[in-house]
Amino acid sequence: MRKKKKERNVNTLFLMITVFLFVLLYIVGMVKFGNRGFAKLQVFLNLFNNNAALILIAIGETMVIITGGIDISVGTTLGWTCMIVAYSIEFKGMPVWQAFLLALVTGLVFGIVKGYCVAYLRIQPFIVTLAGQFFAAGAAAMIYQQMVSVTDELFVKLANWKWTFPFFGTTNKRGIVTYPSISGSALIALAAVVIFYLIMKYSKFGRNLYAVGGNETSAMLMGLNVRRTKFMAYVITSVLAAIGGIAFVLNTSGASLGQGEGREMNAITAAVLGGTLMTGGVGNVFGTLVGTMVIALIESLISFQGTLSSWWGKIVIASLMCVFIVLQSLLSAKSQKKKGDTSHV
Amino acid sequence: MEQERNIIDMTGISKTFNGVKALDNVHLSLKKGSIHALMGENGAGKSTLIRVLTGAYPFESGRILVDGQDVVNTSPEMAQKNGISTVYQEVNLCPNLSVAENLFIGREPRKWGMIDWKTMNRNADKILEDLDIHLDVTIPLESYSVAIQQMVAIARAVGFQSKVLILDEPTSSLDEEEVQKLFGLMRQVQAKGVGIIFVTHFLEQVYEVCDTISVLRNGTMVGTYPVEELPRMQLIAKMMGKDLDDLEEIRSDVSFQIEKSGTPLLEAKQVSRLPVVKPYSLELHKKEVVGVAGLLGSGRSELVRLLYGADMADKESQIRFQGQEVKLKHPYDAMKCGLAFCPENRKAEGIFPDLTVRENLNIAFQTRQGIFKLIPKKDQERFTDEYISILHIKTQDRETLIRNLSGGNQQKVIIGRWLLTHPELLILDEPTRGIDVGTKVEIQKLIVKLAQEGMGVFFISSEIDEMVRTCSRMIIMRDGQKVGELTQREELNQEAVMKAIAGGEGEC
Repeated sequence: MRKKKKERNVNTLFLMITVFLFVLLYIVGMVKFGNRGFAKLQVFLNLFNNNAALILIAIGETMVIITGGIDISVGTTLGWTCMIVAYSIEFKGMPVWQAFLLALVTGLVFGIVKGYCVAYLRIQPFIVTLAGQFFAAGAAAMIYQQMVSVTDELFVKLANWKWTFPFFGTTNKRGIVTYPSISGSALIALAAVVIFYLIMKYSKFGRNLYAVGGNETSAMLMGLNVRRTKFMAYVITSVLAAIGGIAFVLNTSGASLGQGEGREMNAITAAVLGGTLMTGGVGNVFGTLVGTMVIALIESLISFQGTLSSWWGKIVIASLMCVFIVLQSLLSAKSQKKKGDTSHV
Repeated sequence: MEQERNIIDMTGISKTFNGVKALDNVHLSLKKGSIHALMGENGAGKSTLIRVLTGAYPFESGRILVDGQDVVNTSPEMAQKNGISTVYQEVNLCPNLSVAENLFIGREPRKWGMIDWKTMNRNADKILEDLDIHLDVTIPLESYSVAIQQMVAIARAVGFQSKVLILDEPTSSLDEEEVQKLFGLMRQVQAKGVGIIFVTHFLEQVYEVCDTISVLRNGTMVGTYPVEELPRMQLIAKMMGKDLDDLEEIRSDVSFQIEKSGTPLLEAKQVSRLPVVKPYSLELHKKEVVGVAGLLGSGRSELVRLLYGADMADKESQIRFQGQEVKLKHPYDAMKCGLAFCPENRKAEGIFPDLTVRENLNIAFQTRQGIFKLIPKKDQERFTDEYISILHIKTQDRETLIRNLSGGNQQKVIIGRWLLTHPELLILDEPTRGIDVGTKVEIQKLIVKLAQEGMGVFFISSEIDEMVRTCSRMIIMRDGQKVGELTQREELNQEAVMKAIAGGEGEC
């Protein structure tokens, strides 16, 4: 019985490492920057507040990677939808909800095209989404090439809306009590994590994602609709990128060119750190959330440190990603070997 | 007479591939609760028939009745809905999902619209218990061996209330004990009234579990017989369409004039690659066929790989080729010396599936020539046609992709590839695995002929009788070591070899 427990844990091993890493980094932060306010609950909550968009695109990325594919267009899709929302509200006077809807529809249509190419035309996902990446970047630049700050009243209200905790208040030097708060976009992102965790664990579509990633031919022979599953994964990912774009605008109250670029790499890293195997078939969005938090924490630590360039964050994250990918391949090699041994027993 | 009802009646099935008749007016009936062997050489149309039945291929004419109902299966999923499940040689399940999920995916039990994992695990347990398989259904399938995975695949079919279970060469990668377990399971499934179609190359297995045998040859159904009425020799004769005297013929007319004097073709001293191959010395003369016998994992394949430079030998190893000391660091070194090697795993190490027969055939010669001296296309075509006719390769034409050939014909192309380089020493590792009896005989004859013409041959096979027929000398290996050698052709017989392989079995 004990041996069986161990087997199951192999898949969650990465997640455990990442959780451990998160806790470790957090403790390091507490010790080093505790006196500068790192220990405040607000700092922790800001990890979510500042990274709502990343969480959203990482969820989609996780789904796509689980099917054995990849989507490198989520970053620029995010930037594109950002620009759509900001531009149409600010310069076209579009009502906020309409602008949001426009962004979502853009994401949906874009996702349908990409999904169709991957699932039905059987083009390599890397190529399809590479084209998608350039297209979205170009499309964003066609809209507007300067920075846009959104000043619409309703929009500003939404952007500033946050849920303030009625407890854990801290008193500053002047005796004013401030309560920690979490932004609307962060709440949306967290809700998405929960929803997609449930979908992927308890719905037919969710399980099909895993089956397709495990062995596409088998999934087909077992009567699953492989094409539709893959198609849906890309569509949902693209819509999530659009939601991410909206979250991003809300967070920064504006849009600028080249904003989302490179974010798809953060999303992939978050998924990998959270235990998603690049070969497909294994992973879950809860792990991805933890992975995102590790990335966020590293960036936060570097900004607290103050003197280090924020590019160091990229180096650290890239190294982590490397370590995890190597671990993944070592682990799968090991399990392959083990299987060879047991077949004779 | 519930027992006697036919669950499947295929009548007048015809199927053409690129103008070649793959199935010609084939009839097949499967009775309820019967284990029905489908036999035939490679290319006889077994796989095609199975694929037609499971909806993977469309067919031109004929009818398929399942339980007396006309059905048209357009896809494997649809066949499954109609009660026909297939278990392939390579397990077609999802290794990353749990055992229970593999049993239930596509029809998961649900509660309030969500998958009910508890019920699923409980039901999975029940299905497996019923079949006397004891597994933890909550862990990923990949934690279990291939044999177990195959059983899970069968259990899935049973769980789907299938009426027909098709097993397509399920035993190829299993050891004896696992095969027995699988047979046990097949009998249980049979007892539930499921009809089983069993495709295999192993004659022994057919006589062990099957009650009926259908034989296909060249796309036509030779006949269906109760197993008691078809002795082995007749079965083989029916599959090949000729009498088996051929097999005997090889044995009798073989004579080797080996020139033992002079320098041996190959002289290996203390060749090793620890721990798989322990230090080892051997000689091989011209016109000699040396068999290397041993069980899987005894080091036989590893040994010849060393001689070919496919793996690096340890430093102390010495290899002399025609009296010259050579260091083989890479297969290319060996090729330049005049060695040729047909590897064990044809699919992964032999063929280039997406190249044509011509390209596959010329590639070794081209490599030997160097890539800058391109062989003119005319020559390539001439070589190809030559070897297609010498080796009786069945292919539509020389520009057919090799993946479209049957296994036996692919193997012939690989052998042709090496013959084209005019090697002095040919190493054949399991050249006859997974191919039909007729081609096996042809290959064996070819080996003998090549040796008589002056080539030295290393021949490895899991089938001892094959080596006994063709070899002039045999080396027996166990645990990476030479444990015996049978040098006189007269003492070469199956029993002696088996004894040598088993060797110190008494100690254990």
